Amino acid sequence: MRLLGTKTFRHGVHPPESKDETSGLPIRQFPFAPLLIIPLVQHMGAPSIPEVAEGQEVWRGQRIARADGFMSVSMHASASGVVRKIALAPSISGRMVPAVYLEPFPGSTQEVLDGTPCPLETSTPEEIIAAIQDAGVVGLGGAAFPTHAKLKVPEGKVVDTLIINGVECEPFLTTDHRVMLEQSDDVFMGIRYLLKVTGAEKVIIAVEANKPDAAAHLRERFPSDINGTVEVLEVKYPQGAEKMLFSALLGREVPSGGLPLDIQALCCNVATTAEIGRLLPKGRGIQERVITVTGPAVRRKGNYRIPIGTPLRFLLEYAGVAEDVNRVFLGGPMMGAAVSSLEISITKGTSGVTAFTDSAAERTHSQVYPCIRCGYCVDACPIFLDPALLGKLAANEEFSVMAEAHNLMDCFECGSCSFVCPSHIPLVQRFRASKAAVRKAAAHKAGAA
Amino acid sequence: MLFLTAVGAITSLTVLLATALAVANKKLYVYEDPRIDIVEEMLPHANCGACGFPGCRPFAEALTKGNAQPALCTVSSGEERTQIAHFLGVDVGAAEKVVARLACAGGDNVARNHARYHGEQTCRAAARVAGGGKGCFWGCLGLGDCDVACDFDAIHMNAHGLPVVDEDLCTACGDCVEVCPKDLFSLHKQSHRLWVACSSLEAGDEILEDCEVACTACGRCEMDAPQGLITIRKNLPVVDYTRPHKTRKPIERCPTGAIVWIDEKSGPTKGPAAKKIIRKGTLRDAPT
Repeated sequence: MRLLGTKTFRHGVHPPESKDETSGLPIRQFPFAPLLIIPLVQHMGAPSIPEVAEGQEVWRGQRIARADGFMSVSMHASASGVVRKIALAPSISGRMVPAVYLEPFPGSTQEVLDGTPCPLETSTPEEIIAAIQDAGVVGLGGAAFPTHAKLKVPEGKVVDTLIINGVECEPFLTTDHRVMLEQSDDVFMGIRYLLKVTGAEKVIIAVEANKPDAAAHLRERFPSDINGTVEVLEVKYPQGAEKMLFSALLGREVPSGGLPLDIQALCCNVATTAEIGRLLPKGRGIQERVITVTGPAVRRKGNYRIPIGTPLRFLLEYAGVAEDVNRVFLGGPMMGAAVSSLEISITKGTSGVTAFTDSAAERTHSQVYPCIRCGYCVDACPIFLDPALLGKLAANEEFSVMAEAHNLMDCFECGSCSFVCPSHIPLVQRFRASKAAVRKAAAHKAGAA
Repeated sequence: MLFLTAVGAITSLTVLLATALAVANKKLYVYEDPRIDIVEEMLPHANCGACGFPGCRPFAEALTKGNAQPALCTVSSGEERTQIAHFLGVDVGAAEKVVARLACAGGDNVARNHARYHGEQTCRAAARVAGGGKGCFWGCLGLGDCDVACDFDAIHMNAHGLPVVDEDLCTACGDCVEVCPKDLFSLHKQSHRLWVACSSLEAGDEILEDCEVACTACGRCEMDAPQGLITIRKNLPVVDYTRPHKTRKPIERCPTGAIVWIDEKSGPTKGPAAKKIIRKGTLRDAPT
């Protein structure tokens, strides 16, 4: 669908972007915290198996945990230091997860231990997939889905188009923007790896229209050996969701409960692509990632390259926060998760840290009014669900009806419905709780059978 | 004439269909034990599923067939169960009363919050926001989903935001077990008096910063209990109820009162060594 020259999808919302304060700031290296807490579950799938013992000294970049099966990835030390303990640590999922407590040496440098390189020209697709798993690469856009698992195209399926997602529709966040500007060579290197693995014919780099400099930069640097284009998309939320990208760029719709592979396409976040292009030629693993630290409560906003495992408390102390800081999100305000404890550490899935003050977070305090059937949420939902009806069903705890008759499980929790609701009904939160209830019931059933 | 034809046609049609119905009633009759209806009438109509059957009707069917014993119904009173047993001429059966127990004692007078939660006021929604605001990640969120879910009015939130189970009213239907996002409820025989009222998997005194009645996995109860009765697994004492467990010995040296004796009359009782909690109000939030 094309409107005024830029492609987009139907429905969606327009939240304030609030990106201007950080989009012009170059990526800066973040110092090491006195104690890094590296969770062994930073991805969707099985926890990694630790390979280090308490008291062991590790190098920055050294592998400290290996993958447990295919749906799991390796972990690497984010600083040279001593493993203090392997114990439980709080995580954003609300559960305590096993983690490696790493105390960096006082003089730990930024030098990284290199591993076995995986050169583009001589490696087979299988070797590249194994190297991506061993580098610990997960979707850096926020979902933290193991990238190698996505790239493994099963027998009988083909991928014709690879989409590199540089949309970044989430308000406040500017990490992908900076990566596209500063690491374009890494992005193109990553694309070469991805094309080789998936066998796709062409690549489309999707950029939202509010980042004209990034689109121009990528177009200018676009290498001649890659068959592809840079597409500029309309500024709209949630343009960066992969289902929305497929419908905007290819006019294809992922079937309910299906995968992008069903429509011969794959989508990969631009920061993930850049990491693949940066790490694989040197055989390194992910030990840090670019994170936007922003929001009305943050004093020194910016885009930082932050070591994995940095506790939020240290991060906020370093960046400086206002006295009346009220709530902190991992990610942006639309899809991000509010944190309940500052002991939670930065993981691979954290794309931003946004902190709000009392006055800036006012809207969420307001009273909830009854549904007036205005239909705003129906017009906003990008996957054409009926949030008003689902919200009522959720209030009545009709979870199985929601899942079976109204496609609850297709909801990817973008929050557009809650954003537009004039009655301030916490729709997406209800859906989140309902989805958890449906999954619990399914697990219960599977256990009983 | 036309009028007579119409009346005649309708009458003959009526007779024909009535005969067909009468024949079908005889031919296709399915015999059903008439006692099922009577027994179902004697059951409490709660349809709670505590007996292990989908509802009261299937339970009544099982009863009349002799596949179940009246004692399985925990909702009806002893008198009602005897009545059913008399009617069917079977033994009431022995089923010990089972109740729901909460493996947490962290009310807001002893457990801290790390964050204040705003949003949908249900535990299940709060648990999806980084586990809720409670300092202890395993602890009760206190928003009362179990209170709402309980059909028998057996669960009430006390002054400190902790659900209290009325064991007389509890029928062990398991609704609270299902609804709790932290999985703190479990069904236990009422005679299980020794109870670990904590779910924290952390070891050491650090957890006491977040909750004053948490188990620190010190292992004193394991040492004091008769051999094999209590074992510490995943930093929590696990009571083996298949062994003789009518002893207050294990709770006596517990420093926090995480392991309690649920007294028939006075409810949960801590050991003499447990730190006394005299605070009536809410514990202030942890400094951030």
